Parts: sequence; structure tokens; C-alpha cells
Amino acid sequence: MVDFGGWDMPVQYTGIVDEHNTVRTAVGLFDVSHMGEIEIRGPEALKLVDYVSTNAASRLAVGQAHYSGLLYEHGGFVDDILVHKVAADSYFLCVNASNQEKDFEHIRAHNKFDCEVDFASPRYAQIAIQGPKALEVLSRLTSIDLAAIRYYWFVDGVVSGFNVRVARTGYTGEDGFEIYVTPGQAVNLWGQLIEAGAPFGIKPCGLGARNTLRLEAAMSLYGHEIGASITPFDAGLGWIVKMDKGDFIGRDALVKQKEKGRTRALAGFEMKGRGIARDGYEVFPDGFNAGWVTSGSPAPTLGKNIGLCFLPADRAKVGEKIGILIRNQTVEAEIAPTPFYRRPK
Amino acid sequence: MNYPEKYRYTKEHEWVALEDGIATIGITHHAQSELGDIVYVDLPKPGASVEKGKTFGSVESVKAVSDIYAPVGGEVTEANDLLATKPEKLNEDPHGAAWLIRVRASNPEEFPHLMDAAEYQTYVGAES
Repeated sequence: MVDFGGWDMPVQYTGIVDEHNTVRTAVGLFDVSHMGEIEIRGPEALKLVDYVSTNAASRLAVGQAHYSGLLYEHGGFVDDILVHKVAADSYFLCVNASNQEKDFEHIRAHNKFDCEVDFASPRYAQIAIQGPKALEVLSRLTSIDLAAIRYYWFVDGVVSGFNVRVARTGYTGEDGFEIYVTPGQAVNLWGQLIEAGAPFGIKPCGLGARNTLRLEAAMSLYGHEIGASITPFDAGLGWIVKMDKGDFIGRDALVKQKEKGRTRALAGFEMKGRGIARDGYEVFPDGFNAGWVTSGSPAPTLGKNIGLCFLPADRAKVGEKIGILIRNQTVEAEIAPTPFYRRPK
Repeated sequence: MNYPEKYRYTKEHEWVALEDGIATIGITHHAQSELGDIVYVDLPKPGASVEKGKTFGSVESVKAVSDIYAPVGGEVTEANDLLATKPEKLNEDPHGAAWLIRVRASNPEEFPHLMDAAEYQTYVGAES
């Protein structure tokens, strides 16, 4: 068990590689109750959501969700979040555990629209069921037509007799669902999912596999690929920024960055020499230190050592050779296309 | 877990077996279990010298890299080649086939001062 933002969480149950492979080939279950939830309600809820986040919430239909960013005025990330449109006047935000209080204060401080901003984390536990067999397992416990839920859509319904929110989202690069449930019912639901999934080889999965899975899918992790000093453009997340939607916090800074062009960029790499680049290791594109590794790990599905790094924008090209300092030795790596892994359709 | 009676153990989770002045050094079951899936093992070459209490190599798992410390000092006579190609053996048989290095112990008297199996068992029991 490790302390993760104040939560006691298992890094692994049966082993990172075993759990990782189980999610890629069958189905895995993650207790992600540490994630935070913030609810925004009121006639002008859309205006507040659009003002504090980068993506265009106006484009969401009821029952739809998207990935977005909360930014500071200077364009750096407060957090990366999922925005769910529950109703025309009600939005449900899923935010990072370690940022939830900060996010809540940030949104509240910019609430010039007289919305109700509700710190809802204590009311939700979250269980993620991920993998090619996730739908089949979950369907054993619910009459919800899961196949009808499209990727990044959600429904409120009943699973195992409990009222829950089921979103077709995830952080593994596989198909799957994230289930928001009342904390008092979460343990029971977890047990029922493990039981329903037994014939499919379901396994509980920890933070370790969550990290290797998301890294193969090249999904960002706050504190690594993104943070207060990194803008969405730096992190290759320009697609979550909708400049044409009107004013939002951080927009002016992003306009300036767009005019000047970005100086650094996030890129994926594969190790060519022997070694694993870990978070924080220095990157040497031309023999001098000009970047850093944000995440690095063996990729169990690919059988390679991979990672993400920041480096000068003009060097972030697939095929470029870079050096990474691993315990005082420069080891060769090559910029690779991302995501490293894409699930078969 | 059964920790072999004839081995001695360190607080850093190495084991050492002494026979005819040659110390065989490995990491414990507890250590491999904490590290998880091991993917690389870096060891010194024969002829190198290791110093008691100093790091002589590293073991890297999917989640982290960890230094290994020498329980006794001396000259390396052998490094376990098996681990260069099959590092996962360290997860499977840490007290046997996946030993790390053999050292001609420069000071075999250090050996009895390490923890015995029962003491180590208590130590990891208390730690976990």
C-alpha cells in the first residue's frame, strides 16, 4: 500500500504486468474512489463551466462527457478534468484526487454566474471496469443497455440494485466503464463485479497497472505531463482548447503562445539502449540538457521501454534520436509516434 | 515464507551464504515481492571489489529501480549470468537459482553479525 494524495492505495495486487495484461486481454477492476467530484448547477451553469474550462461545454449533449482543462490566467494547468453534462443546468466534473480542493476553490473564486458549486467528492466512490470483457461482465449486473452507451457518454441507472452513474470512459486505452456509486454501496458493488467477472478472469488492479496502461495509451497524468507551468499546447492537448468559444480563464495567455509558437513539446520515445527512463530523468537532444522525462516505464503490451518527455519543439519529431541520462550514463532513445498502443477495433 | 536457516540477512533485504570463504549474495523473497516484476539486474563483473554496506548493483522492476548493498566486502568472483537474460527468475527463485554475485569475503567475521533467519522474519513481519 502507498500513500497517494492521502489515500491508502495498493500499487499492485497480483503484479503490475499480470494486471496490465489482464486489462488488455480480459477485464480488470480498479478502485478509483480517490478521484474527486465537483457538481455545478444553476441556470448559468454552462457559462461557468465554459469560463473555467478549455473545452466547449456548449457542444455537449445531455448524457455526454469530454476531457477538458482548468487553467490559470497564465495558461498553465490547475487540473485536467472530465466534464459530464447531466442536464441543461447541471454539470458533473471528475477531477484528480490531489487537486480536488484546489479545483473547487478555483471554480468558486471565478463563479460570477451565481451557480451552485458543490464539492461532491464525499458522496461518490468510483469503480472502473476496463478491458475487452468489461461490457459483458457489467451487463450481468444491470438492465442498462450498455452497448448503446457510446464512448464518452454516460447514463444514470441501476447496477446490482444500486443507483449509479455509468460512463463509458477510462484511463487504460481499453473499452470500459467508470461507475460512480455512493460510498456505502461501493464495497458491495466491488464484490459483485469481482464475482460476475470471475468466469472472464477479472482481476483487481492497482495504481501500478493503471500507470503502465495509461502510458501505453499516452494519456496525460497531472504532475507529470501536465501541471501549473505547462499549457495545453505544450502538452499536445490543443484539441481540448476551443479558442472560438469565447472568453475563458487562460485564453489570453494561450492566444499569445499561439502567436509566438511553442518552444517545447511533449513527445513519446522508445528506448533503444538498455535501460528504463524514469520520471524526471534529463533529456539530451543534442548532447546538452534540454528536456526531461515526464513518465517512463516498461510497456508490458509492447515489450519495449517507453516514455513521454518534454524537449525543444523542433526536436519533437518521430525518428529523432535523443539521449536520456540514466544513472550517469547517456542511453539512446528515439522519438516515437503516440499513442504507443491502440486497441484493436 | 521460509527464509533459509543457513543464510544471514540485512535490513536492506539482501541475503548472504558463506561457504569456504566465498559469500553468495542475493535479495530476499520479501525484497522481490516489494519490487514486483523485475526487468533488469545490473551486477558488477568478476574482479570488481565490493565494500560492505555500499551499493554494488541495482535491481529494476516495472515500477522502480532499487540499489543493492553488499552485506560483506570482498572481490567478486562470479556474477549470475542467468539474470542478464532472465531477470524474472529473481521473482521466482530469489533464494536459489537467482543469486546475484559471489564474493571472496575479505572479512568473514562480519557474517555472524548479520540477522539470522528468525530475526529477519521478525524484521519483515514488523515492517509489513
